Amino acid sequence: MKEFGYTVHKERLIDYDRNDKRVLNHLKKHEPSVLTCIACGSCTATCSAGQLVDFNIRLVQTLLRRGEIEPLKKEVRKCMLCGKCILICPRGVNMRNLILAIQTAIDKLQ
Amino acid sequence: MTRTTVIIGGGVAGMTAASRLADLGEQVILLEREEQVGGHLRNWDRLFPNRRPGYEVLNYLTEELGSKVDIRCLQTVTTIFSGERDFQLQLASGKSLRCDALLLATGFDLFDARRKEEYGYAIYDNVITSAELEELFRSGAPITTRQGKVPKRVGFVHCVGSRDEKAGNLYCSKVCCVTGVKQAIEIKELFPEAEVFGFYMDLRMFDRHFEEMYYEAQQKWDINFLRGRVSECAENQDQSIVLKIEDTLTSRPLKMTVDLLVLLVGFVPSPETLRLAAMLDLPVGEDRFLEPADEHTKSTLTVKPGVFLAGAVKGPFSISNAIADAGTAALQIHAYLKTL
Repeated sequence: MKEFGYTVHKERLIDYDRNDKRVLNHLKKHEPSVLTCIACGSCTATCSAGQLVDFNIRLVQTLLRRGEIEPLKKEVRKCMLCGKCILICPRGVNMRNLILAIQTAIDKLQ
Repeated sequence: MTRTTVIIGGGVAGMTAASRLADLGEQVILLEREEQVGGHLRNWDRLFPNRRPGYEVLNYLTEELGSKVDIRCLQTVTTIFSGERDFQLQLASGKSLRCDALLLATGFDLFDARRKEEYGYAIYDNVITSAELEELFRSGAPITTRQGKVPKRVGFVHCVGSRDEKAGNLYCSKVCCVTGVKQAIEIKELFPEAEVFGFYMDLRMFDRHFEEMYYEAQQKWDINFLRGRVSECAENQDQSIVLKIEDTLTSRPLKMTVDLLVLLVGFVPSPETLRLAAMLDLPVGEDRFLEPADEHTKSTLTVKPGVFLAGAVKGPFSISNAIADAGTAALQIHAYLKTL
């Protein structure tokens, strides 16, 4: 029964002090090229999956760095591993391995 | 009759122009307000982008001056009278000077961070300016929070007093970005375990080797650059600083605690420069820096014959740019003096 029009919203705030950096720490070891991302977005612009579904591969590395594990889990599943982003990246980030390594780290958490 | 040039301001630009003019056989008097020449360079520990000690450049400039220039410290110009083809300067000491050419090299001031109250400078213990951090590096004193704790997380706020209409400064101060990257690396060198953040809007790595330094900061030192302008800071009970920022790359608000917050303060025109400019009827830009005769082709000349400009009186300058600019000014003065 809904008596009032109020709902409890999940907080949108990124709390950097509380977030989980374990996946990021795994990545620093296994795909350190992620550190050099300059968030230019050329990967997202060229992304095959991103043309069809709501997927932003640039955001994957940002969520990773902020320790936002839940949205990260959903995002990495959307990648088709085609590798176009690796060809375009001006900083030479190995995105395909980034996605695979994030998946491995997430599996380890569970 | 000997032709005399008076240079007001013994910082990087003034020292360089004095040496170049002396090399060209001109008689130069260099006036400095402080006890020693060197200007802001005296406060730097290490310089970007190669992190060489600041004193190396200072010593070089000082040695170059040698005895060929008449250096007069602790001097303030009270009045300037413009004659037909020369200038008469009245000094606070009571003395007066005559010269044929005048070079304004009075430099800049640092933005007063107290004016950005939302960052809590001079309110919270652990908010300091980039100039104060540089001074700490230079003194060799251990870098801790005010409570004596080794900082575990350090934040650098970019564009403090720059690109900010609320502060009255629309311009970019150019060198704070690279200073922030340099100091972030130096914090990591001292504290490899610390997390270091740069809060930026754009990183303007405009000169040679700057971008490479930024790359090194990310790749080698694991320094985090978080895009967004810090909107407010508050002090926790343990005197750490909690800051709020929009993480513009995720479009979400973000909250973070840091042990030490460093404000990268920009350039502002010095009141002394504006006072002298008013006496000489020199045009001042909307940004309150002085206007040269032509931005591209006569950048060290002014609309007033015999009055020249060098360095940060014209806006934000790096040391290497100020040295190049002062060399140009010296050549222009030399050419002008020959026409007299």
